[in-house]
Amino acid sequence: MSASTIEEQVLAAFLQVAPDVDVARLKRDVPFRDQFDFDSMDTLNFAIGLNKQFGIEVPETQYRELASLAKATAFVTAALNQ
Amino acid sequence: MPSLGPDMEAGTLVQWRIKPGDAVKRGDIVALVETDKGIIDVEIFSDGVVDRLLVPEGTHVAVGTVLAQLNGGTAVAGEAAESTPPGAPQPAPAMKPAPTIGVAPAAESHRRKVSPAARARARELGVDLDQLTGTGMGQAITIDDVLRAAQTPKPVATEPARDMRQVIARAMSRSKREIPHYYLSVTCSFAKARAFLDRYNEAAPIESRLLPAAVLLKAVAQAAKALPEFNGFYKGDAFEPANDVHLGVAIAMRGGRLVAPAILNADQKALPVLMTELRDLALRVRAGHMKSSELSMPTITVTSFAEEEVDSVIPVIYPPQVAIVGIGSVRERPAAADGQVRAELTVPISLAADHRVTDGRAGTRFLSAINKALQNPEQL
Repeated sequence: MSASTIEEQVLAAFLQVAPDVDVARLKRDVPFRDQFDFDSMDTLNFAIGLNKQFGIEVPETQYRELASLAKATAFVTAALNQ
Repeated sequence: MPSLGPDMEAGTLVQWRIKPGDAVKRGDIVALVETDKGIIDVEIFSDGVVDRLLVPEGTHVAVGTVLAQLNGGTAVAGEAAESTPPGAPQPAPAMKPAPTIGVAPAAESHRRKVSPAARARARELGVDLDQLTGTGMGQAITIDDVLRAAQTPKPVATEPARDMRQVIARAMSRSKREIPHYYLSVTCSFAKARAFLDRYNEAAPIESRLLPAAVLLKAVAQAAKALPEFNGFYKGDAFEPANDVHLGVAIAMRGGRLVAPAILNADQKALPVLMTELRDLALRVRAGHMKSSELSMPTITVTSFAEEEVDSVIPVIYPPQVAIVGIGSVRERPAAADGQVRAELTVPISLAADHRVTDGRAGTRFLSAINKALQNPEQL
């Protein structure tokens, strides 16, 4: 899978959780919760979505790796390469 | 058109899910309605066979407008908590007197009774007779009915966010004007609950993980069941306790909108079930797609600031409920015990309640019940 495809899929999973976010204004490097409301419920739903999409585990201690689109993509990429 | 909130005035019928001749039973989704809260699934609260649909798709109508007629009952599609015992949807018995939402019994002939003069006036003024409930004998439509309808401004679609802010503004103003609030709070240790959650989540698959919210909401729901004077509605001049605990959860939608849909029978649901429903609710609220029963039925509400910077919240009761619980931030705070001060995970929990129904002693018992549940999380 190419890197952009992974990020696209991560973004798709994110948009399932936060369909009301304006994608055009989403900054990939800025933590979600600094751009709009994004709490632990959203994080959990996002982790579940990524688990469903990619089959990867996201331990609770690693939730902070999903803080932004860029970080989440890196996390998924690393998990898939293991 | 059901009332889906204390100040809802109108909604748009977006799509019918039934057609004449369909058999419906309680709980079936019969239509999609759009309000300022998004698209709502409207459930029907009685059984019957659809006789006819009165409102075409795409029409924006006032709350109370008859949407459809059924054979086999006097109920109307979208009949909400108004005419059923609070908090408990029940099938309408066949000979129930007409509820406050306008109902035309199916036995009546389909042709509205309208005098020729009224009919002519309606034509002149462009009034749709099918939208009217007549006030004359046998529900006949009179000239006055027509004139009144002609003068009623049709609700105009405005920005949803502004609509909702106005709705919230009206509800909160009414609350402060009419409800004599009293306030109590207690800071609870959250250490045991946190340890319980960590143990549980370690062994659970990701989709079954619990958040602190599940524990907190269950504790409140159980307290509401045990102390019914905090669970119900104040209507007219009296308190009506509800049979069930339908816990309203305040959820902020992005764009400044706030809704508080209910988790039905929250006191009876196991923690994993509560958690799944809460997650699902959060997703549907964000997507603007809720169910009418969730919006019309909360018997008590919780508003949570568990992850915010503030310590605690002094909440405002949603009329006609009689209590609201505020969850403050879960964080480490200095705690004193046995002459020593140490850091402990704590959460301030506050209660605002209607002083016409309860007083501080009862409120203290209520908060104590919540605290006790949080210190025994495995029993939740």
